[in-house]
Amino acid sequence: MVYLTRKAEFAASHYYHNPEFTPEENRRVFGKCNNPNGHGHNYTLEVTVKGEVDPRSGFVVDLKRLKDVMHREVLDAMDHRFLNKEVPEFLHQIPTTENIAVAIWQRLVTKLEHAKLHRVRVYETPDLFVDFYGEP
Amino acid sequence: MKAHLSRRYLFSASHRLHSDAMSDAENQTTYGKCNNPYGHGHNYILEVTVSGQVDQKTGMVCNLTDLDGFMEREVLARFDHENLNTVKEFAHKVATTENLCMEIYEIVQRGFLHAHLERVRLEETMMNSFEYCG
Repeated sequence: MVYLTRKAEFAASHYYHNPEFTPEENRRVFGKCNNPNGHGHNYTLEVTVKGEVDPRSGFVVDLKRLKDVMHREVLDAMDHRFLNKEVPEFLHQIPTTENIAVAIWQRLVTKLEHAKLHRVRVYETPDLFVDFYGEP
Repeated sequence: MKAHLSRRYLFSASHRLHSDAMSDAENQTTYGKCNNPYGHGHNYILEVTVSGQVDQKTGMVCNLTDLDGFMEREVLARFDHENLNTVKEFAHKVATTENLCMEIYEIVQRGFLHAHLERVRLEETMMNSFEYCG
């Protein structure tokens, strides 16, 4: 089994708000992230797939096809977007880094050929990142 | 859904590697330059990984403010800009990064109750890093 990781970057804005919370509760729980006008990050996405090396190609996965899937399923939808308003998953769910990692996993997991999705890692900043392994 | 959240912190500290259980010559052979009696320092990068269910109401494994507050109070305040050989945790223990990594793991494991601690990873330099998972 070999693991292959492909990186991508996207820039997006978001804010944290739960309509079931009072305004005070939203401010207390989410702090500065509650500003309804949003703020942004340069996100780094790392997608790790695993599989056996194909004896004919020497690949775990065709990197170009992986890159295309990541672009089509994730970057086209999230890059230079306001996540709360433009990405369907976040119309009714808070776009925290945790939820972004889960959403990206769900977008990719059925779209990969041959290799199996192992991990989605999303860096919100170089000092903060979330890993999702598809665990319930 | 279970997710893992990792946060990186920076602190600077000095230390000297010296074991009371060894002779001076043995200390010198074992620790080399790190045995210099005056000590030396590093910029440590500490990476803490916690895991848990993503809370439906907040979208979070745990509130970053709680984690940052805890790490600041219990870890960074204790070790940042200190000589590790003078802090109580290393009164009877060599201040290697292995021991520091395990010490920080124990502090977080004992005191941070908002999520499950998975791992503490400590970079001593860009070339060396240590991990402890309990």
